[in-house]
Amino acid sequence: MAKRIDVSDLDIFYGSFKAVESVNMSIEPQSVTALIGPSGCGKSTFLRSLNRMHEVIPGASVAGKVVMDGQDLYGSDVDPVAVRRHVGMVFQRPNPFPTMSIYDNVAAGVRLNSGRMRKATLDELVESSLRGANLWEEVKDRLGRPGSSLSGGQQQRLCIARAIAIKPEVLLMDEPCSALDPISTLAIEDLIYQLKSDFTIVIVTHNMQQAARVSDRTGFFNIEGTGKPGRLIEMDATQRIFSNPSVKATEDYITGRFG
Amino acid sequence: MTSTTVTPPDRKRVQNSLTSGMLPRWVPPAIVAGILAVGLAAGLLFDVNLMLAAAFAVVGVGLVLTVVSRQVEGARRAKDRLVTVVVTSAFVLALLPLVSLLITVVQNGIERFDGEFLTQTMRGVLGEGGGAYHAIVGTLLITAAAAVISVPIGIMCAVYLVEYGRGRLARAVTLLVDVMTGIPSIVAGLFAFAMFAIFFGPSVRFGIGGAVALSVLMVPVVVRSSEEMLKLVPNELREASYALGVSKSRTVVKVVLRTAAAGIATGVTLAVARVIGETAPLLIIAGSTTRLNADLFEGRMSSLPIFTYYSYTIPGVPPEFGVDRAWAAALTLFVIVMLLNLVARAISRYFSLNSR
Repeated sequence: MAKRIDVSDLDIFYGSFKAVESVNMSIEPQSVTALIGPSGCGKSTFLRSLNRMHEVIPGASVAGKVVMDGQDLYGSDVDPVAVRRHVGMVFQRPNPFPTMSIYDNVAAGVRLNSGRMRKATLDELVESSLRGANLWEEVKDRLGRPGSSLSGGQQQRLCIARAIAIKPEVLLMDEPCSALDPISTLAIEDLIYQLKSDFTIVIVTHNMQQAARVSDRTGFFNIEGTGKPGRLIEMDATQRIFSNPSVKATEDYITGRFG
Repeated sequence: MTSTTVTPPDRKRVQNSLTSGMLPRWVPPAIVAGILAVGLAAGLLFDVNLMLAAAFAVVGVGLVLTVVSRQVEGARRAKDRLVTVVVTSAFVLALLPLVSLLITVVQNGIERFDGEFLTQTMRGVLGEGGGAYHAIVGTLLITAAAAVISVPIGIMCAVYLVEYGRGRLARAVTLLVDVMTGIPSIVAGLFAFAMFAIFFGPSVRFGIGGAVALSVLMVPVVVRSSEEMLKLVPNELREASYALGVSKSRTVVKVVLRTAAAGIATGVTLAVARVIGETAPLLIIAGSTTRLNADLFEGRMSSLPIFTYYSYTIPGVPPEFGVDRAWAAALTLFVIVMLLNLVARAISRYFSLNSR
């Protein structure tokens, strides 16, 4: 049940500071959209505005429209909590709940949302989510162990399993591999490739090879200088961005001639 | 023997270059032993004050070790040795009163710390025998009631301060909690007395009043310790929970409080241990009695601190039975606090079982 997201004229603020300015973007369903750009250009901020996680920070606000299949996520009567059930998120650093077992971590989304579920159904959900995150074979014999007993790469896949267990339509990933070694990164990238048949995926990454490998479309963000808001410079098919971008700044950034 | 041991070892004999310029391991203990031997000899020959001798011994060890070390190892190691001596002495100094207290209470209290003491009341007892059963029950009931009142208030207040409080109100609450931490316990007792006297007249005495007075003392301690524990919960966990579409209130209850549970439980137990020995407020509002009263809402209620106080100040004739009971009651209180600490550890271990 992947969904399409259309962003129009989105400005994002921290207090009175405008961090991102007038972003217009369409995110296609069942595809991977990568966001690249230098540090501090607002990629992560933009990503967090797609599931209303941005406003968790005190003073943060958003102006503009984010429309998911015809529904404005920032409509006046929209509950941000409900939005996050449809748009899941994986963070930069793996953050399994330390007091919960592997099983409970995966079941957390359902349990914390007070959804009572029969044990068998929950078992099934946990297994399918862990299989979906390519982790089942590694942890099936120790589901009762704490989530923090896993390695970093496994923890990140556990977090992905936790995110997909609530069956979101869109999955946001904020540099999901930046804390991982190449082998774990490869595992996650393979996983992203598989997941895109079911979800709309948006991934922020600093690794351009990664963007080129996993994504179908790529958006390049840039910032003119400190104190200025970040902007979406260009968005196109990944192949085109990496071979023949239409804006000079994109080419400079991709070829490493930046700054 | 004392003078020969402190001679620095010959540097040329040292084979290993990594150990050169270092005092051999046996030297510092030898210096300590040497000074002790000198002190002991002096103490046997002349009649010297024990504390004074100990002070001289510490200064002596510090001086000799520093000087020797400076000669052999250089200024930097010498400073290190000196600070080691200072820190160790400070540690011993801080520990001495504690150990002394423990020994004194056990020595004096163990005699009457028996079955009779733990199961009998003081009803109709003059002179020998009797026990503190009524006071133990009173202490446990009053403290439990105080915990029931102050733990929910304290934890909820801490949750407000950490998770919801912004701006002026939160700052005001923090300030008030800080001020409350410094309230003298007698004031808390007078507050409870004044409040209940409005409703029940000036002769009011009952256990729940004592519990209210103790919770006035306990709430700020619980708020403070819980606040610190909640602040320790990483923000990432809150975000992880929000990102799963969990509401803020549920995140606080199921993730934040659950993660901080071990620390909060420890803090609460220590807060209980802190108020269980309070005497002044209970003297005013809970009063004292010789019979068992297990009803918090009716009549005077004895407690261990009050029992200790009266047994010691009004021991009866002959006085030694009363004084013995006072020490035994003090020991009982000691044991209860000790058990509470063990419970705190057990709880904290239970809650953090999954985390590693």
